[in-house]
Amino acid sequence: MVVAFVCFTFPFFLLIVNSFKTNGDILENPFSIPKVLDFSRFSEVIEKMNFLVTFKNTFVITTLSVILILILSAMTAHYLVRNATKFNQTFFAILVASMIIPFQSIMIPLIYIYGAKLNLIETAPVTLLIALYIGFGSAFSVFIYHGFIKSIPLELEEASLIDGCTRRQTFFKIVLPMLAPTSVTIAILNVLWIWNDYLLPSLILTKEQDFTMPIKMKVFNGTYMNDWQLLIPAILLTILPILVAYLIGQRYIIRGVMQGAIK
Amino acid sequence: MIAEKSIIKRLGNQLFFTGPTMVLFTVAVLVPFAYGFYLTLMKMTSPVSPLEFSGIANYRSAFNDPQFWDSMWLTVKYVGATIVFVNVIGFALAYLVTSGIRSQNFFRTALFTPNLIGGLVLGYIWQFIFVQSLPMIGEKLGIEVLRLGWLGDELLAFWALVIVTIWQSAGYMMIIFIAGLISVPRDIIEASTIDGANGWQRLVKMTLPLMIPSFVVTVFLTLKNAFMVYDINFALTEGGPYNSTMMVSMHVVQKAFLEVNYGVGQAEAIILFVIVAVVTGLQVYFSKRMEVQA
Repeated sequence: MVVAFVCFTFPFFLLIVNSFKTNGDILENPFSIPKVLDFSRFSEVIEKMNFLVTFKNTFVITTLSVILILILSAMTAHYLVRNATKFNQTFFAILVASMIIPFQSIMIPLIYIYGAKLNLIETAPVTLLIALYIGFGSAFSVFIYHGFIKSIPLELEEASLIDGCTRRQTFFKIVLPMLAPTSVTIAILNVLWIWNDYLLPSLILTKEQDFTMPIKMKVFNGTYMNDWQLLIPAILLTILPILVAYLIGQRYIIRGVMQGAIK
Repeated sequence: MIAEKSIIKRLGNQLFFTGPTMVLFTVAVLVPFAYGFYLTLMKMTSPVSPLEFSGIANYRSAFNDPQFWDSMWLTVKYVGATIVFVNVIGFALAYLVTSGIRSQNFFRTALFTPNLIGGLVLGYIWQFIFVQSLPMIGEKLGIEVLRLGWLGDELLAFWALVIVTIWQSAGYMMIIFIAGLISVPRDIIEASTIDGANGWQRLVKMTLPLMIPSFVVTVFLTLKNAFMVYDINFALTEGGPYNSTMMVSMHVVQKAFLEVNYGVGQAEAIILFVIVAVVTGLQVYFSKRMEVQA
């Protein structure tokens, strides 16, 4: 166990100790503890990566996409369960079947349609990206919600309808709050995916001011090839937000992944 | 079923609840997927020039593209290696952290951490290890294998990719296995202990057969992820040395966007899709049949 633990955490240890060292110290011995805690290269990296803007971009894209995925998928799943018409059942079957489609087999037409034909990549890249994330994320999210909503007793909703709530009020006031635990699971899995995604945004975001963290990291790595005294702090800064979030919400995250996998 | 009385009201609710998802799903998945088939039948000399019908010429070029099949074969080897190692190590870790040792929650949390990091950044972290740190250890301790730059050697670079993949996914699979292990009924294990089964027999004869549902999920996930691998491949080796570690996704990206050959690139992507669909379909079908009841 201890061996496994060391193997799994050692890369993090290397990142932390080396982020305070100069190139000379890193080349001499990557395993040594730094002599002084020198934060100067962190500020250099923050400036060179335009870190605050990049962080804001990633944050905005991820939160907007995930919130919209949650609300829209919950609404869809709820309606599909409660109105299981032929049409809705077919739609659900198509959604589930689409999960097998690998991103690689639709990315070329995607870029061709929205880039070359409609030119959205030039005019509205961020909106396009968020719309695509909702589209890609909906299949899995509707699927998970669908399984959970089936277990909610129908009487609850009927009672609220009899009490004079409309269909929409019933959903937002009664059903959506009951879905909270499932929403946490779905939110976590989607955040991890979108926050770290590289291929799709690298094809869609072409302007520097829109870059997300993985793309910025790629550019930074290209510019400062083998300049470890800058690269290591950059890597550390890139993974820091998600590590902090993990430390705070680790119980929910582990449980969320477990729930997501069982279904 | 809740049914509204008037058709207009029902239509309104259908649109309100399912409309946005339907539209975005169609825009993001269905239209490109269908259009992809159309693209493979077209010839495009440059990204701006109009498409011309060319029949199955793109598929023919894809089938005759040796680089594509090289990358496919490499991907298949990579899929095989990662399925075995990720699942064996993931299961071993899960077995360890549910066996009642101290601070198991802490270990779970720590072992899952690599999974939070995207493949791209992960690749860069390990680049530092393979380029800078391991040769250093090799130098000091006189271990020849470590002293070589792994990423510069065809075979070692392949195994470097496998190692990084294990590091990334074993923790995730561990979580899924933990969920499975917790649900293995205690009394069955106790009964087999009373009947005289030792630890190894209990694991192989009792626990593992009951864990097949978990393996269906983890093998499916490793299979799919391994066929689709791009980020780690791109960040760690960029296909090098001399394209020897270029997996099929990277080849498709290169074909389509760098060589600007959308038709052939898409034909290869469709071939990849068919292979993945068939392989995962067979895997789920056959492993479902292996499931047993407790």
